[in-house]
Amino acid sequence: MSFIDLSKNEVQCKIVYYGPGRGGKTTNLLYLHQAMTDSVRGKMVTIDTKGDRTLFFDFLPLALGQIQGLSIKIQLYTVPGQVMYNATRKLVLKGVDGIVFVADSLKVQKEKNVESLDNLRQNLAEDNIDIKEIPLVLQYNKRDLGGSNIPILSVEKMQEDLNRELQVPWFSGSALKGDGVFETLREISKGTVKYVSRKLLSR
Amino acid sequence: MDLVLSKESIDNIISVLDEDLLRAGADCVLLVDRSGNLIVNRGDPANLDVVALAALSAANFGATAEIAKLIGEDDFALLFHKGKNENIHFTKVGKGFILITLFGKDVSLGLIRLNTARVTDTLVPILGGEQ
Repeated sequence: MSFIDLSKNEVQCKIVYYGPGRGGKTTNLLYLHQAMTDSVRGKMVTIDTKGDRTLFFDFLPLALGQIQGLSIKIQLYTVPGQVMYNATRKLVLKGVDGIVFVADSLKVQKEKNVESLDNLRQNLAEDNIDIKEIPLVLQYNKRDLGGSNIPILSVEKMQEDLNRELQVPWFSGSALKGDGVFETLREISKGTVKYVSRKLLSR
Repeated sequence: MDLVLSKESIDNIISVLDEDLLRAGADCVLLVDRSGNLIVNRGDPANLDVVALAALSAANFGATAEIAKLIGEDDFALLFHKGKNENIHFTKVGKGFILITLFGKDVSLGLIRLNTARVTDTLVPILGGEQ
């Protein structure tokens, strides 16, 4: 749910990074946090848990400047990717305005990507949101493993698995190195602001 | 379900929070929605990251609502965390909002509870929510 404060001329939107476990959602946020200046970013909050999985969420607020006199504030969240934490994922998805789906390019994660996207579709449907209506951007992460001896899926194959029906914008990425991270954020921010303003105009 | 608040509504919310909670001794009062957006914050939030507090409070409320469901409740109407010097009180406002009140050890919990109940009744119509 976006919130528009007319006394400050400010719009707040919520963008959630979704995807299978260990796919790089938190790494995306960490890269953005490291690469941005203090004037743009707020404090990143990571709920401290043992190990490197996200058990609840990570949170990063950003101020993206102004559009037509309204200042745009975006809050980025990640969800836990592991299958068993679905209740937490639903909680974080509450009031979402835009989604980045971070897919894992590792060949062994092929099924997990499809499963996680289906799970997203279901969780959104439970909140009466159609996955085809809400802004969604795919990021095929870990492309930097291309030259290594770890087998990865081709971008064509990932498009076939995940984006054949949806036909949404997508980016190749390496969250660890920062490739595609800003491109993904730019695209989802653009889509989300458009979506929120369209919804507001139709009120 | 997006929320647009006019300057007038925001001013009304501010005056209710100032009058009923800050004057009763609360250090800081925040109104947030249940998806984590900060709507209004009042009082002296020196060194307090209010944006993070809003997001974490919404998550905290959501998590305890799941606990409520496990014991056959829909959710809990209020939560209270007690610290050594500072306490925090969360109250549900309508279906979609949370009122967060921070207060020190010299202020009575009973007074905060009484006043947040009154504030909640005033805020619901302004926020256009259901009781």
